[in-house]
This record gives sequence, structure tokens and C-alpha cells, in this order.
Amino acid sequence: MADPAFRPVAEHALLVEFGSEISDAAHEAVLRLDGALAAAPFPGFREAIPAYVNLLVDFDPLETDHAAAEAALRALLGAKAGPRPDPAVREVLACYEGDLAPDLPALAELCGMSVEAVIAAHLAGDYRVFMYGFAPGYAYLAGVPEAIRQPRKPAPVRGIPAGSLIVAGAQCLVTTLTMPTGWWVIGRSPTPILTGDPDRPFLFDVGDKVIFRRVGRDDFARAEGKA
Amino acid sequence: MSGARLKIGFAGPLVSVQDGGRMGRMRFGVPESGAMDRLALAAANTALGNAPGAAGIEVSRGGLTLSCSEGAVTLAIAGGGFIVEAAGGPLGSWHILTLREGERLVIRPGPWGSWCYVAFAGALQAGDWLGSASTHALSGLGGGVIRTGQAIEIAEAQIRPVLEGPIPCPVIARPRHTARVVLGPQDRFFGAEAVEAFLSARYTLSDAYDRMGVRLSGPALVPEAALGIPSEAILRGSVQVAGDGVPVVLLADHQTTGGYPKIATVVDADLDGFAQLRPRDAVRFSAIPPAEAVALARHRARARQDYLAALGRATARRGG
Repeated sequence: MADPAFRPVAEHALLVEFGSEISDAAHEAVLRLDGALAAAPFPGFREAIPAYVNLLVDFDPLETDHAAAEAALRALLGAKAGPRPDPAVREVLACYEGDLAPDLPALAELCGMSVEAVIAAHLAGDYRVFMYGFAPGYAYLAGVPEAIRQPRKPAPVRGIPAGSLIVAGAQCLVTTLTMPTGWWVIGRSPTPILTGDPDRPFLFDVGDKVIFRRVGRDDFARAEGKA
Repeated sequence: MSGARLKIGFAGPLVSVQDGGRMGRMRFGVPESGAMDRLALAAANTALGNAPGAAGIEVSRGGLTLSCSEGAVTLAIAGGGFIVEAAGGPLGSWHILTLREGERLVIRPGPWGSWCYVAFAGALQAGDWLGSASTHALSGLGGGVIRTGQAIEIAEAQIRPVLEGPIPCPVIARPRHTARVVLGPQDRFFGAEAVEAFLSARYTLSDAYDRMGVRLSGPALVPEAALGIPSEAILRGSVQVAGDGVPVVLLADHQTTGGYPKIATVVDADLDGFAQLRPRDAVRFSAIPPAEAVALARHRARARQDYLAALGRATARRGG
């Protein structure tokens, strides 16, 4: 990976940019620096926000400044990187039945596939958590298989319930709020992303691998009752 | 010591429970939230001897009316130039008073300011999410939006007549009509002319102003390069330019990531004052180098600390 660009953001952050186009190499570099920083934070470090091609590093300007933060980050980048630990694997239940999956027939038609084939393709995807955004717990998963990638719908639909399993392009997401969305609603998950566990309030870390496991209507209701 | 019960007679839109904020979770999509004017909330709390970031009620320009239905509590009001009506007659914001059973408190917009805070000598009973009572507008997580008809409990409510009276409103709590920014991180997407226009134009705040951010009115800034960038972190203070070229300043409940370029970021020291501007108020942006912004942050932190320390000493002197 070439040297990243360091861009100052206000008086309290640096954007460390590993490229301008989405690539596995850029995201891998983001995750490496994020991990190294978590293991060895510099004095004044407050938090880091990983995204597709860059890491935003926020610091306390009363304790450090852009130049010192950049030097600390360059030292982390220059250190010999060990192998990154294998990503954690998180299982998310998904129900693709009836009214829980209102866009499944339309998506299947667009892809020229049967509904069952779309479900099979979705289940077969190799999903990674690329970043969170938009709202608490909105984890963007990349890895939707080529065959079922479609751009978002022309207009958002209102009132899509929390827990909806939605896809657009290569991205997939389980919503945590009832919100409008232009993504395709292909199912519903009873697995809470906002876990309610104070020690682990969010199901995923950025970088985690995600596997969807199909459940029927009854198991969905049972799991939702428990959650 | 006992409890006090308050009944909300009327709450305008965007009135909610806020505290010092929910820090360090932006990587999970959670912005810091907290008071739009953090200094004003800290002033109200400090004047009562509370921790500066204790939970209080953030009052919008929609206003708030409440009455005490049980017990009594001393409370502090700070932020903006609001009009406060209580038993003793009309007052400005920046005042400590005691509300007793049967008494009513009305807070409505006055000559200036968008946000005003009510802190209590006691503990406002409000929900908590991830260690903070701050209400996140989009999800409603946290202490919650304050609604007409609801009741609010203050635990360990204290009556502190010695504290009653005005709270000094410092110069740093006034609205900021010139917001200092550090250019970037995507100013390079805009031509020199667009950057120049951004820094020389007079913008006004539009009515599209809530806890997530405010859309400005003024010259459109058309980027030279493609508008979309891979989604990346957004901060409180980011000046984002969407497809129509209109800048939006992101505030306390901002989205944590987005794919529009950001021409500049307002320095934190100017955000409390910026938030106190109102729709149709004018604002200009002035660019400063990053190192100057750091020096400004340190200077501002000292001014804030000196002001709050003086308030705290005054409270302690009166036996607070």
C-alpha cells in the first residue's frame, strides 16, 4: 500500500486516506491501522472511525495536535505488521417469507432468477462488515453476490420496519430503526444488532465476517419473541 | 430531600433530555449527541453545583411550559436570550429559581438564541443508553423527547433559596456570526472560485435546522470533481455539500458517515455559538490553518474553564 494521505479535520482529527476508490487493499490498510491504534493508542487519542478507504482519527487538541498525531500514526504504519487475527464470525438469522420480504419477487424478476435462487444467492454471499453509518447499529456489509446486485430503487419507501434485511448493489444491511429506504427489502431478521448488552452493545465489529442462516416464519417469531 | 414531580403543559418540537454527550461510539454509527450548546448546559449545571454534563432539558425555540405538581425544586435556566415566566414575574434565561407545588414555568423564545437549558438541583429521572441520557433524535434512544402531557420526576430534589438569582452570561455564550473553519478534508474537490465563494459569501441559516444539522442559504458550491466519494466519517461541524451545491453544517445528532464531499469543518470552539444562531441569521466562514485551530481550542478551553470555575466558586460561597 502506498503512503496514505493525512488530511486535517478541524482542530481535533486527521483523516488517513489509503486511496480514493473502494478496494480490498485500501480497506485492509484501514483495518490494520485501526487495529494497531487500538492496541497502542497515542496520548490524546479519542476514537477512530473506519470507513471504506480511510480512517478518521479523532484526538483531544488540549493534549496533542495534527503534527504529533500524524507522527504517531506514521510510526504505527511503519511498524512491522504481524498477521491480522482471523475475523470473528457472526451469525444473523434471516426470514425471507411473504410480507417480511416485500421486494423479493421484484428483485428476482430484475435478476431473471427465481425467488428461491435469489435467497440461495443471498445466503451464499461472503459478507464483511465494512463500516457503520447513518444511524446507531447500521452496519454496512459488503459481499452481495454479483447475480443479485441491483441499484437501489428509484424512490425510497417509507416506514420500513427495524430488523429489515435490505440490499443494494454489493451492500447488505440489517436495519435498526423504522426508516424510509430505497434499498430492496428481501427479508427480516430477529437477531438484534443493538444487543442491549452493556459490555457488547453492538453485534459486529468492523472487519467481522457475517453469515446469514435462513429461518422459517415460526422460528422467526420464536427468535423475535426471545430477543 | 425528597422528590419533585413536574408536569409538561406544553413542549414544542425538538425539546429533549440532553447531557454532556455519548462519546467514543462513532465507529458504531452513534454520534455524540448531547447539548447543542454544551457551554450553556454546563453553566446551568455548574451554577447549581452539579457536574457540568449532568442531564437537563434542552428547550428549542418551540418553547416549554411546565408546572410543579408535587414537591418543589430549585432549577437553573441558561442558554440563549429566552423569556422565562415564573411566579416572581418575567425573567431572562440565565437565572436560578425555585418552583413550588402549583407553580408554573414558561420558557419561550426571546431576543436571541435557539437553545436553552433547564438543570435541576436534584437528579432528572430519564432513561439512559450506553451511559448517557442524551436523546439521539433519529432513534429516540436515550432520555427521550419531552412531550406535552408527560410527567418528569426529579429525585432528591433540593430547595436552595440562597442560589436564586441571575447567572452571568459570558461573551463566549453569545451566537457566532463568524464561524472559523479548517478547510477540507475535500476542499480540493471544489475549484478555487468555489472555495473563495464559500469564504467570502454571506450565508443565512434556513428553516431546515434541527439537531442533526442546518442547511444554509447562499451561493451554491459546485464541485469540479464527481460528487460521490466512498462513504467516510462525518463529524460535528462538518460542512457537507450535497448534489444541489448547498452547504449543510452537521451538528450534535449528525449521521456518522456519508458520501458527500466536505469543503470544511467548523472548529469545535465555535459550534456552541453557531448553534445559537437562528434561521435567517447571517453567518460567514473564515478559514484558519490547523495549528491556529488547535491554539484556538486551547484558548477557548481556558476561557470556558475560567468561567465555569468562577460560577462554581460563587455557588460554593453561597453554601451551594
